[in-house]
Amino acid sequence: MDLKTLTYIVVGATFALYLGIAFWARAGSTGEFYVAGGGIHPIANGMATGADWMSAASFISMAGLIAYNGYGASLFLMGWTGGYVLLAMLLAPYLRKFGKFTVPEFIGDRFYSNTARIVAVICLILASITYVIGQMKGVGVAFSRFLEVDYDTGLYIGMALVFFYATLGGMKGITYTQIAQYVVLIFAYTIPAIFISMNLTGNPLPQLGLGSTMADGSGMTLLAKLNLVVTELGFKEYTTQTIAGRLDMFVYTLSLMIGTAGLPHVIVRFFTVPKVSDARSSAGWALVFIAILYTTAPAVGAMARLNLHATIQTGEIGSPEGNLSYEERPQWFKNWEKTGLLQFEDKNGDGRIQYYNDKNPEMAAKAEGFGWKGNEMVKVDRDIIVLANPEIAKLPHWVIALVAAGGLAAALSTAAGLLLAISSAISHDLLKGVFMKGISEKSELRAGRISMAGAIVVAGYLGLNPPGFAAGTVAIAFGLAGASIFPALMLGIFYKRMNKEGAIAGMIAGISVTMLYVFQHKGILFIKGTEFLGDLGPNWFLGIQPNAFGAIGAIVNFAVAIMVAKMTVEPPQHIQDLVESIRTPRGAGGATH
Amino acid sequence: MQPKPAQRAYWQRNTRLTVALLCVWFISTFVAGYFADELNRFTLFNFPFGFYLFAQGSLLIYLIIIGIYVSYMNRLDRDWVRESAPGEPRTRFPSSGE
Repeated sequence: MDLKTLTYIVVGATFALYLGIAFWARAGSTGEFYVAGGGIHPIANGMATGADWMSAASFISMAGLIAYNGYGASLFLMGWTGGYVLLAMLLAPYLRKFGKFTVPEFIGDRFYSNTARIVAVICLILASITYVIGQMKGVGVAFSRFLEVDYDTGLYIGMALVFFYATLGGMKGITYTQIAQYVVLIFAYTIPAIFISMNLTGNPLPQLGLGSTMADGSGMTLLAKLNLVVTELGFKEYTTQTIAGRLDMFVYTLSLMIGTAGLPHVIVRFFTVPKVSDARSSAGWALVFIAILYTTAPAVGAMARLNLHATIQTGEIGSPEGNLSYEERPQWFKNWEKTGLLQFEDKNGDGRIQYYNDKNPEMAAKAEGFGWKGNEMVKVDRDIIVLANPEIAKLPHWVIALVAAGGLAAALSTAAGLLLAISSAISHDLLKGVFMKGISEKSELRAGRISMAGAIVVAGYLGLNPPGFAAGTVAIAFGLAGASIFPALMLGIFYKRMNKEGAIAGMIAGISVTMLYVFQHKGILFIKGTEFLGDLGPNWFLGIQPNAFGAIGAIVNFAVAIMVAKMTVEPPQHIQDLVESIRTPRGAGGATH
Repeated sequence: MQPKPAQRAYWQRNTRLTVALLCVWFISTFVAGYFADELNRFTLFNFPFGFYLFAQGSLLIYLIIIGIYVSYMNRLDRDWVRESAPGEPRTRFPSSGE
């Protein structure tokens, strides 16, 4: 059977599964629509959180990011996982004890103010929309690459699918499809990795393979070999290269962590488990399931990089026969050339491929001596590392089809989670909470479905017409959530004296500082030409890049909130009792809604 | 209403543990990340140590941190429940005074 048919069958089967689950898990009440009825087992919730959390970026781009940045990519790897420690210990159990439906609802109740609730809704929507644009793009790209349809068609198919299961099942439908999606994506990710690790090192576990000696009889460890190969070609040493200054890296990692803990679509997953203790353990399970992929990624990155160089640099560097002849390039090379992800340009006209770092003056001089006229792999898209991996390793077609299904699962699961967070903020917080207090549960459920449909249309529109800034803005979404929602939740739980004035001022200050900093370097509302300070290292405050500024925004938030709270009256007694009660395990058994 | 002594004791144990574990989290992520170059001089399982922390080590440490927190808090919660049930033996919580 040819690859295309097989891909359609495998992807079609997974879609049928998601639709079947959606039909079976229809939501009958607002409780089911917002928090899946609060009866999800902590392990199941951990799995769903894993899929919710790991986006198209994690699945498709992360290994490539690591392959090309080596140690420098650690900030993403640690930043996107360390936040679960904060969630497990600082937020999840207390918010579960509070036991309502949404994050702005907690903020509104704890700070006894509809204004606080609305500010939280605005922060939530800003962060989630920024994030969802990236996911919709991921859906379109994944479909177009894997199913060979154009980007727009891909996006429509994705929207239709999410529309069906998210409006029908709400959180309940999303939870069970996310569990299925996790299973699909984790198999799709690990199977090629196991084969490749086996080939290179003889060790089937990629995590161990990364630290093993090579199976080629050289007696070198894989990492030592990789360091040698890349430095010989003029690239930076793999295990030590960095992509940012020490302080910048520090702040960036922290921003991603507090952003993880502050992103509402992640937090709300912990509202779906039955008990407070389940919320704690569920955060641990989520990290276990995420770790399976996140510890595989560094191995995939390193091994694929090694394979890629080995394919092209077949012999001694500088020897006339040492480089792969373009005519003899393998099939996968041709396939990915067609998509534009790989591009070759024969600069010195010798019919062979030279792939090295021509930006390194020492290497450029040496290459000149070999008769090389610059790096001829003019484009190596980092996504190629995961996408072409099974082909490079010559794996059977069904594995390639599975990778397609995995990429789609990763993009769809995250998009659905974000869309639910947005739609429940509108139907539950804005409508039911503030503007139409009297509506019945039935109308609220209908409002939830309508706002879900609306959110999908808006996100789809933004995916079809991505604003210029869409690339690389996922990190900004983390900054926004980390600077606004995370500090408000922390202060709400751990600082009894925090009042509404402080919380509102803090959220507004935190998110404004972060947005202004991003705008001043990237343009107001990202419109090119309106930035008043160039996006360059010397203009950055203490050398901190705009993507990393969320942590500074959070510090501003904390400082402003505490200062304002000290100058205004303390919160009323019943609020202080509320804080006391979310800190105490009594009655932790049942949900209060 | 002021929190009862039992409540205060529970909260104090909880926060003390949280702060201690956060210190571990901070050191393993940020201090180690800051000094990665220096740590790379050591090797662990064939990995340069700083690089290992990034590739796998920090994630394992995060999992251990959460594991410790979950099991300790579950024990604390169980004691709390026993405390509120009359006729059971005394627990680590001081008398609630009521």
